[in-house]
Amino acid sequence: MATKTIRVDTLTRVEGEGALELDIADGAVAGVRLSIFEPPRFFEALLRGRAGAEAPDITARICGICPVAYQMSAVHAIEDAWGITVDGQLRALRRLLYCGEWIESHALHIVLLHAPDFLGFPDAISMAAAHGEAVQRGLALKKAGNEVLRLLGGREIHPVNVRVGGFYRVPTRAELAPLAATLEAAHARAIALARWVAGFPFPEFARDYEFVALRHPDEYPLNAGRIVSNRGLDIAVADYEAAFAERHVAHSTALQSGLRARGSYLVGPLARFNLNHDRLGPSVQALAAELGLAPGCTNPFRSIVVRAIEVVYACEEALRLIAAYTPPPAPAVPVVPRAGVGTACTEAPRGILFHRYRLDAEGSILEARIVPPTSQNQSTIEDDLRIIATRDLELPDQELRDHCEQAIRNYDPCISCSTHFLRLEVRRQ
Amino acid sequence: MSARALVIGLGNPDRGDDAVGLQVARRVATLGLPDVAVEAAGSDTLALLDRWAGVGRVVLVDAAAVIARPGRIHRLDPLAGPLPRDLALGSTHAFGLAEAVELARTLGLLPRRMTIYAIEAACFDPGAALSPAVAAAVVPVAGRIAAELAEGQGDA
Repeated sequence: MATKTIRVDTLTRVEGEGALELDIADGAVAGVRLSIFEPPRFFEALLRGRAGAEAPDITARICGICPVAYQMSAVHAIEDAWGITVDGQLRALRRLLYCGEWIESHALHIVLLHAPDFLGFPDAISMAAAHGEAVQRGLALKKAGNEVLRLLGGREIHPVNVRVGGFYRVPTRAELAPLAATLEAAHARAIALARWVAGFPFPEFARDYEFVALRHPDEYPLNAGRIVSNRGLDIAVADYEAAFAERHVAHSTALQSGLRARGSYLVGPLARFNLNHDRLGPSVQALAAELGLAPGCTNPFRSIVVRAIEVVYACEEALRLIAAYTPPPAPAVPVVPRAGVGTACTEAPRGILFHRYRLDAEGSILEARIVPPTSQNQSTIEDDLRIIATRDLELPDQELRDHCEQAIRNYDPCISCSTHFLRLEVRRQ
Repeated sequence: MSARALVIGLGNPDRGDDAVGLQVARRVATLGLPDVAVEAAGSDTLALLDRWAGVGRVVLVDAAAVIARPGRIHRLDPLAGPLPRDLALGSTHAFGLAEAVELARTLGLLPRRMTIYAIEAACFDPGAALSPAVAAAVVPVAGRIAAELAEGQGDA
């Protein structure tokens, strides 16, 4: 029996620490394990006993790349528990803040983390020598997204301005004006970015995924909607735990999530696009069509194009929200804590992020549950890798390893978030 | 940016010796050097490329993983060549300081003059204070930065 071990100790260009192990025996892939070895972060436990009002700021600390997603799912869940409705311009400002996070997170991942895979460079630094203009464009886009976070969130990383009921402070129209100029420039850059990535060579790959995303009556989903899939799932957010289950696997400190009825599923840009293409608006739909992207796309390697399309959308949407902005009468609506259970699901850049809190009469947290997108995608990533490794088994180890890493990055895994994740090891025997 | 020089301390204030860059920057700020701006930076190293745009002279101060002895001071000149690989100016995020500097070099976005002070750290525990050997490096590094910037005063 031929035995071989290929090993990548630490997967790079992902957020956090994890590894991949491939077992190959008798010329076939015997096992795929995506290991997450960031220490478990115990956020759900440390939230117990804290005030519900603190949940948005504590959970924002889970991730430096997508703190807004954590703040949004937390704040909406607490508001759900306390019967608070935040609408009008306060709701619009939250959507604007979330657009900023999509822009900075997507731009970072597309240009600096994932594009080198498609263009055959080991990293963004070596890619920058040949594609300097594209890298500078990515940096400028990231900066534009960060400016949204700075203005609405108080600072770029772990913003501090969101509170239960609204915000601590809301901007004036005059403060938003320079942001509009920045976003106009970002919009043009985002279109150029989308055309650049659409020209990449994409590996032939397709799978019959179950795509899961939020669906809202009239918006491309960010903060709200029902949880739907291309196989008929259509549930209220409160019913998330009835439809999905998390399980512990020995090789990972992250829990893996699956549909109770059908197992693994895919969340993130590709799912959102396939399920919500009709909500993108005519100009973004036209750009997607120009780039050869239609709903029903089942090639995860094209997620990078969808991500770029979403950056264009986020710029357009942010500009629309700014143009329609009038300062609300108060930065927050009144908040009265009460006993209850609240749930929320929002669309983090990497996919749906579910939070549930159970609170006592004083508003203290009795129980917290957080299901990040990367733990929902983890078993789907393993399934993709099993197919790719089987197909590419005869390739030299380094090429096999490169293909696997590129496939993992299709999901922009945020390992820091999910440990609550990369090393790549191939064992041939 | 009107200042002639910019001193940037990097690090997380709540992760033990990782705060040493911030503390050196704070110390430099108290010296009131003419035409010298002092800033603190967090973990978003890519944002540094914007911060130093248009500044002729930049000094960066950061903690590094220990190689030989906690508190040991390294003075690096990125313009003289690539940063040494054994000095782990890493980050828990996707891009560390060394990557940001090398990206800036490739893009032609390095300042005309740049110095990096890296201080070998002992402990990155959450909530920990600076370890004594690393704390002892704060005043000497601040002094070396002040002396270096005073010498270069005429050639900005």
